Amino acid sequence: MQSGSFQHPYIPNTPADREEMLKVIGVSSAEELFRDIPQGYSAPSLDIPQALPEMDLLRELQALGDENRHADQGPFFLGAGAYRHYIPAVVQAIVNRGEFLTAYTPYQPEVSQGTLQAAYEFQTMVGQILDMDVANAGMYDGASSFAEGALMACRIKRRYKVAYLDTVSPDYIDVLKTYTLPQGIEIYPVTANSTNLKRETACIVAQSPNFYGYIEPLENLIETAHSLDALAVIATDPFASVLFRPPGSYGADIVTAEGQPLGVPVSFGGPYVGLFTCKKEYVRQLPGRIVGKTVDSNIRTAYVLTLQTREQHIRREKATSNICTSTALIGLMTTVYSAILGKEGIKEVAQLCYQKSHYAASLIQQIPGYSLPLDGVFFQEFVVECPRSPSEINETLASKGIIGGLDISDRIHNGMLICVTEVNTRVEIEALVQALSDIGK
Amino acid sequence: MAAKNDKGNNELSLLMDQTVVGRRGIIMPASDVPVQPLPDPGLLRENLDLPEVSQPQVVRYFTQLSQLNYSIDTHFYPLGSCTMKYNPKINDVVAAIPGMSYLHPKTPEKFSQGALKVMYRLQSYLSEVTGMSATSLASMAGAQGELAGVLMIRAYHERNGDSHRKLMLIPDSAHGTNPASAAMGGFAVKAIPSDSNGNMDLGALKELVGSDLAGIMLTLPSTLGLFETDIVEICDVVHKAGGLVYGDGANMNAILGQLKLGDLGFDVVHINLHKTFSTPHGGGGPGAGPVSVAERLVPFLPLPTVVEKVDQDVAQYSLVKSDHSIGRLGAFHGNFGVLIRAYAYIRSLGADGLRQISRDAVINANYLLARLKESYDVSYDRLCMHEVVLSARRQKKNGVRGLDIAKRLLDYGFHAPTMYFPLIVDEALMVEPTESESKETLDAFIDAMLAIATESENIPETVRGAPYSTPVSRLDEAKAAREPDLRWQSR
Repeated sequence: MQSGSFQHPYIPNTPADREEMLKVIGVSSAEELFRDIPQGYSAPSLDIPQALPEMDLLRELQALGDENRHADQGPFFLGAGAYRHYIPAVVQAIVNRGEFLTAYTPYQPEVSQGTLQAAYEFQTMVGQILDMDVANAGMYDGASSFAEGALMACRIKRRYKVAYLDTVSPDYIDVLKTYTLPQGIEIYPVTANSTNLKRETACIVAQSPNFYGYIEPLENLIETAHSLDALAVIATDPFASVLFRPPGSYGADIVTAEGQPLGVPVSFGGPYVGLFTCKKEYVRQLPGRIVGKTVDSNIRTAYVLTLQTREQHIRREKATSNICTSTALIGLMTTVYSAILGKEGIKEVAQLCYQKSHYAASLIQQIPGYSLPLDGVFFQEFVVECPRSPSEINETLASKGIIGGLDISDRIHNGMLICVTEVNTRVEIEALVQALSDIGK
Repeated sequence: MAAKNDKGNNELSLLMDQTVVGRRGIIMPASDVPVQPLPDPGLLRENLDLPEVSQPQVVRYFTQLSQLNYSIDTHFYPLGSCTMKYNPKINDVVAAIPGMSYLHPKTPEKFSQGALKVMYRLQSYLSEVTGMSATSLASMAGAQGELAGVLMIRAYHERNGDSHRKLMLIPDSAHGTNPASAAMGGFAVKAIPSDSNGNMDLGALKELVGSDLAGIMLTLPSTLGLFETDIVEICDVVHKAGGLVYGDGANMNAILGQLKLGDLGFDVVHINLHKTFSTPHGGGGPGAGPVSVAERLVPFLPLPTVVEKVDQDVAQYSLVKSDHSIGRLGAFHGNFGVLIRAYAYIRSLGADGLRQISRDAVINANYLLARLKESYDVSYDRLCMHEVVLSARRQKKNGVRGLDIAKRLLDYGFHAPTMYFPLIVDEALMVEPTESESKETLDAFIDAMLAIATESENIPETVRGAPYSTPVSRLDEAKAAREPDLRWQSR
């Protein structure tokens, strides 16, 4: 196709517009504008399929979507860090508004008060749900938020060792390694009963509910950390924090969480939003964006990005993090969701998750050959020890239209991690139980 | 423009202040299972304060908030280095297809082939556009792509027994994320000065490279919106010294189908899908920052990557980990909802469309330059690429700063350009029009800029007091930082 002969709907310039503009610029062709590209390198071949009209594109992607088996197509029991919850219609309607969707990071506060006030609401609700003093405006996801929590503790304490509990999600530990090891930080495992830590430990990091879904008794470990002048960085789940005493109430200094459960589609793993909170004395060591309330020159209430001297565009290599673009829109989703659910609705959802998952667990452990190998209190996810390999069992379940739990037999003998939330009906739960029972025979 | 509250101004009460006990926004179904006993009350939470508001209140509140924003959908948004182009609506539709948006990340691969196919194809397209060997889509933003890139450079040197290579060179015009990412990767950073033509100072570069060199991080075109004319020699100097070349893809919109960075010898480049590939910026994310690498860095790619295996004419896609992967950057596979939008965008444009984007982005920027250079200073007298860096030096003599001009533009109905970046240009105003804007819009913007230049001479105090027509006027930012008020508190 010749230059200028292609009128794409996303590009307003017509050949006549281009001609007129090139004349003003003082060149004879668009190619001349690229004359600084060294010889032999310009206008390479580009092996990308030709343009697809919108109607065909939609068909193509619908067909690709049909090749997936999504979580609402039948009984579904996977969690392990991404959780299905019902998303009220209001949430998508608000985040689809172009004024939110297509704005940039609010560098010009005079024309960004919508994004900024929504972020202040986000910080408010995250602080309330996780029961901590201050929250930032969000991180990429729960795992990177957790890793940045460990980095922040190292900055505060100027120490470079991190003790982690081995019940933390292995995916989170992988991210923790990616973030900490290059900075010369040593990470090492401890148990919840440890009464000592290595010298120069900056923090203990843990997760509750842990990878297996169980509330982790952390009081003693946090006390040990504090007695050695180390901090406690705890990852949690927003709904677990609604039902159970949140980690801040027993001393956590930095609390992080995956925000996805609060109204964000599972979307094959992202985009999500990392919640990040801390005690107020550490506010100036926070990574990421923070929105504060102030006034304008007419003394009207207004909101603005603040404490920016922590950030990369000012501090460069001395910044508290390299974060620039984060996940403001997903933060907005969780904010609208929390507002719609409200004080009572959010407790009801947490209760439903607890009730339904415990109902499922109570039935499964009665099936001959199946047991719950872990002690303690779980929230909405639990481990089942199966009579055979979970991958085999999942194959059979799938043939019956059921997606079973996650195979964690690499960590627990024949272990399957099963998640039940408010969207699972009693009929679905009993279908799973029946199928497991049939397989066990 | 925005609805006003009872006080007759634009202030919208916070949700906690709108709360009336008993109101609610949704009813959840009652439990359909037999009651299960709760654990020891000592484990349970007692107090939780959240808003109690009705559904219409929530909708009106957030809708009114949205109307306080400028956005691509409502305004020309020429924020330099941010590539604020049109975000096609079809991309939001395809991302919301149930088979995609309700797909759980731990779904067995055989039940997620459609999604994996999208990822595999996007990897291939990005490798092709950049001229690289392979791509990982795992990084969730540009800055995380940078982190991935520098970690790969580090891993590469360590694997070669060169762990003493700890120096990362970065031009003084670079984005702040570059040095911040290098520091997170454990590197020491040194700045390379720019010469009088806006190019990297080659002499200075040659003096800085040595046996401790890990690599160089550069943006092409540079953050001055200029093509680095010595780029071939720069890559050569760095490679001969044993360093690797990192490309910050922030300015990729200038070179789609015009130049492949891999052909120049770049070793790794990150691509901001929320810039060049039109995924909505969302008021500060989500984005995605895939990394494309040359052959020698393929073993170090962050996990996961998607591979294709063809068995008896049937293609199977699966997630794999590279041999010496730098590891995981997030809990799952990257920001899939962003990736699928970028995929749809590339499919919508095709090879010719992508080329045309860069042509028009560069035409539009040069048109602005040609028509504004009489009224505003330009540091370097040469053609620009997709963005133009103006300077308010001349206006500053009348006491009008770049900031004032930026604020005044808001009154004229345009979002401000990027201000005070790059740091090496005095009173910088960096304007990036993108290919999405029509000549009529550019002309209206030029008229506004020319009017402001005149105002700066005749009525400078008016410009200094701007904006006047926005929901709020200039903010007391010092107060915000001095007395941090970061959330609602009960009175």
